[in-house]
Amino acid sequence: MSNEPQPAFKKLESSSRLKQLMASHFYELDEAARRGSHKIAWCSSVGPAELLRSLGFLVYFPENHAALLGATREATDYIPAANAIGYSPEICSYLTSDIGACIMAETPLSRAYPGITRVPPPDVLVYNTNQCRAVKDWFQWYSRKFRVPCLGVQSFRQVDEVTTLHVAAISTQLQQLIPPLQEISGTRFDIDRLRETLELSLQCSKLWGKVLETAAHRPSPLTFFDGTIHMGPAVIARGTQSAVDYYIFLLAELRQRIEAGVAAVDHENCRIYWEGMPIWGKLRELAALFLRLKTCVVASTYCNSWIFSDLDPRDPFESMARAYTELFITRADDCKERYIKKMVEFYRIDGILFHEAKTCPDNSNSLYGMPQRLYQQLGIPTVVIHGDLNDLRLFSEEQAVTRLEAFIEQVQG
Amino acid sequence: MSELYLGIDLGASATKAVLLNSRRQIVARAAVVTGLDFTRVGQEVLAAVLRQAGADMGHIRCAVATGYGRKNVHFPCLTKTEISCHGRGAYHYFPEAITVVDIGGQDTKIIRIGPDGRLLDFQMNRKCAAGTGAFLEEMARRLDLSLSELEQLAGKSQKDVKLGSYCTVFTFTEILALSRRGIAVPDLVKAIFNAIVQRVAELGVLSGKIVATGGVVAYNPTVADLLANRIGVAPLIPPEPQLIGALGAALFAFEEAKHV
Repeated sequence: MSNEPQPAFKKLESSSRLKQLMASHFYELDEAARRGSHKIAWCSSVGPAELLRSLGFLVYFPENHAALLGATREATDYIPAANAIGYSPEICSYLTSDIGACIMAETPLSRAYPGITRVPPPDVLVYNTNQCRAVKDWFQWYSRKFRVPCLGVQSFRQVDEVTTLHVAAISTQLQQLIPPLQEISGTRFDIDRLRETLELSLQCSKLWGKVLETAAHRPSPLTFFDGTIHMGPAVIARGTQSAVDYYIFLLAELRQRIEAGVAAVDHENCRIYWEGMPIWGKLRELAALFLRLKTCVVASTYCNSWIFSDLDPRDPFESMARAYTELFITRADDCKERYIKKMVEFYRIDGILFHEAKTCPDNSNSLYGMPQRLYQQLGIPTVVIHGDLNDLRLFSEEQAVTRLEAFIEQVQG
Repeated sequence: MSELYLGIDLGASATKAVLLNSRRQIVARAAVVTGLDFTRVGQEVLAAVLRQAGADMGHIRCAVATGYGRKNVHFPCLTKTEISCHGRGAYHYFPEAITVVDIGGQDTKIIRIGPDGRLLDFQMNRKCAAGTGAFLEEMARRLDLSLSELEQLAGKSQKDVKLGSYCTVFTFTEILALSRRGIAVPDLVKAIFNAIVQRVAELGVLSGKIVATGGVVAYNPTVADLLANRIGVAPLIPPEPQLIGALGAALFAFEEAKHV
């Protein structure tokens, strides 16, 4: 039969620790919401979380919740509810699925964490448009619903080199957030607390970067699909000791794998770079496909996007401004191409996969000819698969599998 | 009887099979409508080619399955994508740098093959039936015409008409509007074929030697003619263009067995 047996996934031991960390995060928020013990800030995933933590807020990330909706394949149940109130099916499916879930008063948190019945309501919403305009629209809807303030940083887009002008403008906006946030939190801003938080964030970033860099080893001890799960602490807990501790543990496990010669993909013979958003509802199927093809997706722009090596506790505002403007998604194509070329070299990549996410044009880099340019410049094959981060109605699995299998046949000659 | 090499292409619309002998000559071929059951149609088409060749399964040294149903066949075989198989099959007849345009039932592909036969790159249609055989079948159904009638009518067209819609459903809405404005049916039918060619041309750059394959070209020579008008040069058409994927699969089976 042509139905080959499916090789088994190799689960990282750290996964159980990751589950504990995520559970603690959500239970802490839930308890704070019940008791009113802490103010809760909702923050965009690359927003000023460190500033919020330094002011005593517990921080909740709607994008993380939206990714959960995608991964649990519930997103398409909720998107129509947001469409019905005027949020187009063409816009960010994180936004539409998350708002839809709120309208329908449902959350996957209640199934994953017994006792939690709702997402923790916000006292303030804080965004940074460095990712896209959708985060602002998304947060403004919640601001109207919960009748709480929505504050934010308006970032630059299409930035080639990050200049002192960019940094100064963002730094000023970050500092302007302090007075209203002080008032909401009831806590006086303390620069030393911010420095401590930034130090923890920097440590988290460096460790997460080292975790991802283990994939440069051939064979790689981890895949992009592992990365999308294990990046959780870098998103929701950066600026805390628990995230730092987690990545020390994970890094040690991956180094042990390398020493023991354990590959994430047995007989790895092809190494791929993933550009663009994950397809959250198909992570398992795609991971299984690549495992069967003896192909390791070793690196991605997405997982790398939570490495903020420019953070500097000695210069909190300017370094935050720089770190959050250096972000890949805010950058011009020339800069993005230089970045991907470096990754291709560092990770010894055989081919680049572009995920063109229908509802996320800001994070779909196949729309302006980049795959063709990189193919010409690097001489390695590129492929585009059409799908979406959360809306699985926009993804044809049969077509994608054929495309990916043909791509690997092309790479392997 | 010498050893045989089987290629089977389980497409969304039709399932095709080719048997090669040890001199890489086609000794049997078959094509049937796929329907819903890939396993059953795989058995059917296999039985047909074995019957033609006067052979049994014991004669098959190696088999390769391709197409959407490639993982659903009931007998031991390797799998390859239809991208590689159409490229390999077309290169068999035109062993040089070529660009293969394959218009199948559900997929349209542009496949670039290097002078050494290597797959250089490929493009496929998005999650949309426009530009595929399914589009043509749907238009025929809505016009209450058979596919062969479409081909005959297109030959009688006197006037070029353009369809602007991307979507299959809205294309027919546009056809209804044009019909109400008095556009003749043959002109509408040619416009439908032209829409397919337009969708293909949007997929990627068509240059150099173009080889057209697939069921749509096999049954609708008009498409090849319109493609020639669009790109300024007549595409090369291999013998039995619908069987090229199955032929490519059979050639891969031969090469696998012979370690070529």
